[in-house]
Amino acid sequence: MSVIVDHISKIYGEQKAVDDISFQVNKGEIVGFLGPNGAGKSTTMKILTCFLPQTSGQASVCGHDVVNESMEVRRKVGYLPEQNPLYLDMYVKEYLLFMASLRKLGSDAQKRVESMIERTGLTQERKKKIGQLSKGYKQRVGLAQAMLHEPEVLILDEPTSGLDPNQLVEIRSLIRQIGKDKTVILSSHIMQEVEALCSRAIIINKGKIVADDSMANLQGSVSKSAKLTVEFRDPVHSDVLKRIEGVSQVENLGDKKFAIHGNSIDQIKEQVFAIAVEAKTIILSMQEDEVKLESIFRELTKSAPAKSQKAKSN
Amino acid sequence: MFVIYIKEIRSFLSSLIAYIVIITFLLAIGLFMWIFPDTNVLDLGYSNLDPLFFIAPWVFIFLVSAITMRSFADEKRAGTIETLTTSPVSDLNIILGKFFAGVTLVLFSLIPTIVYYLSVRYLAYPVGNIDSGAILGSYIGLLMVGSTFVAIGMFASSITDNQISAFIISTFLCFFFFSAFHYLGELKILGDLDYVISWLGMFAHYESISRGVLDTRDAFYFLSVIVFFILLTKTVFGSRKW
Repeated sequence: MSVIVDHISKIYGEQKAVDDISFQVNKGEIVGFLGPNGAGKSTTMKILTCFLPQTSGQASVCGHDVVNESMEVRRKVGYLPEQNPLYLDMYVKEYLLFMASLRKLGSDAQKRVESMIERTGLTQERKKKIGQLSKGYKQRVGLAQAMLHEPEVLILDEPTSGLDPNQLVEIRSLIRQIGKDKTVILSSHIMQEVEALCSRAIIINKGKIVADDSMANLQGSVSKSAKLTVEFRDPVHSDVLKRIEGVSQVENLGDKKFAIHGNSIDQIKEQVFAIAVEAKTIILSMQEDEVKLESIFRELTKSAPAKSQKAKSN
Repeated sequence: MFVIYIKEIRSFLSSLIAYIVIITFLLAIGLFMWIFPDTNVLDLGYSNLDPLFFIAPWVFIFLVSAITMRSFADEKRAGTIETLTTSPVSDLNIILGKFFAGVTLVLFSLIPTIVYYLSVRYLAYPVGNIDSGAILGSYIGLLMVGSTFVAIGMFASSITDNQISAFIISTFLCFFFFSAFHYLGELKILGDLDYVISWLGMFAHYESISRGVLDTRDAFYFLSVIVFFILLTKTVFGSRKW
């Protein structure tokens, strides 16, 4: 078990930023930490990297307690903070060498820095001042800094914010590559990212975990209830549609257009075709709403606690 | 500690702060020492460096505050404090690294003034008629005053994330510890306590060292003020964890 979080709470003054959360991350796992702004993602990460102590509960990284054995934890963790703070008046290589010596890499430093510069695609920019770099390149410097000492646990707070699509692909493959033998926890509010990278997602809202499951299970849990938007050429009565087995709700979007909510979407599709044939009309369009993590996310983070409990048990 | 020290020195050099501080210091001291009518050594007619040692602490109040105002305020504002404190370095190491970098800068601004000493030495009649002991003492005193200002400035920088506030707090605290006690003592309102009060300030100790008498009490005083402010900085710096 690389990371163990056991009933952690963090209270800032009156505000409960993290409210009694527990989870565990295994070695070699890439876990996505999802949640709306202010959900407590960054706070949890700050606790795990020993920047802030928790108000109650316990957390450990690689078997070391984050409060009592903070130095050990700091040695094993690579951290990219939110907003990616850097010394803007330092040169790329100078900064990485500085971080390498803070990490006490000794004679290895030069070699590691060179290889990290190459892996993050900074070769062209190595002699520039960090302040002159574009956001995407700054992000790479931040990532390079976090991975410099080949940490056992990599904690990345919104690692791909501000990258262009090409850089996004590159950085993702870099994270994936590193995640093969390291533990990676990354936070994001971009669902596609978590879908693309992670094997597991922890969804957090208002300081509480509302879902913690593998990607496959999370997607499975929602695709049972899906939404189908159908447009017929001629008016059809909505009652006919409501009678289809598995349909929970039919919204009228005009007398020819309907949004059908229900389970087992494939059966519903067949039935809708049958109805169209029976009513001697034609289906002009049929669109299945992509039920991906995004909708799970939206559902879980806006919903009442009862509903989130259901998702948790899935 | 050494890593932070080197990094701070490099950032002083690359951001031109070091050059500006040293040039301003030498310019101000040079003007008072050689040009301005009421203070220049040539008109005073004594072979000593009194103008230098009288003015330097006052110039340091501003310049040292200017070099230390960034130390923590800037790290906090930019968020780099987070990468720094999550790497395996203790808080005390970070503070000491920054402190010694500041002291080094103070030392570097003092070294060129040795030229003034040599000039006065040659101008003296007969050549070499100068109280070298007192001057060495004054240099040591000045370095201690400068180091204490660095410690005070770092503390000021640690309690805010705004450089301007840090600068103002620092100049005030430096001024207060340097001469406020001295002036309080001069008010002669507390009878015998006046002497004790003036000893709480740096000025009395600076004056005492400047006479060329290296008293352990004076050295101890400066060291304890430095340690006090470093510990205060450490407490404030660690307060993020409260």
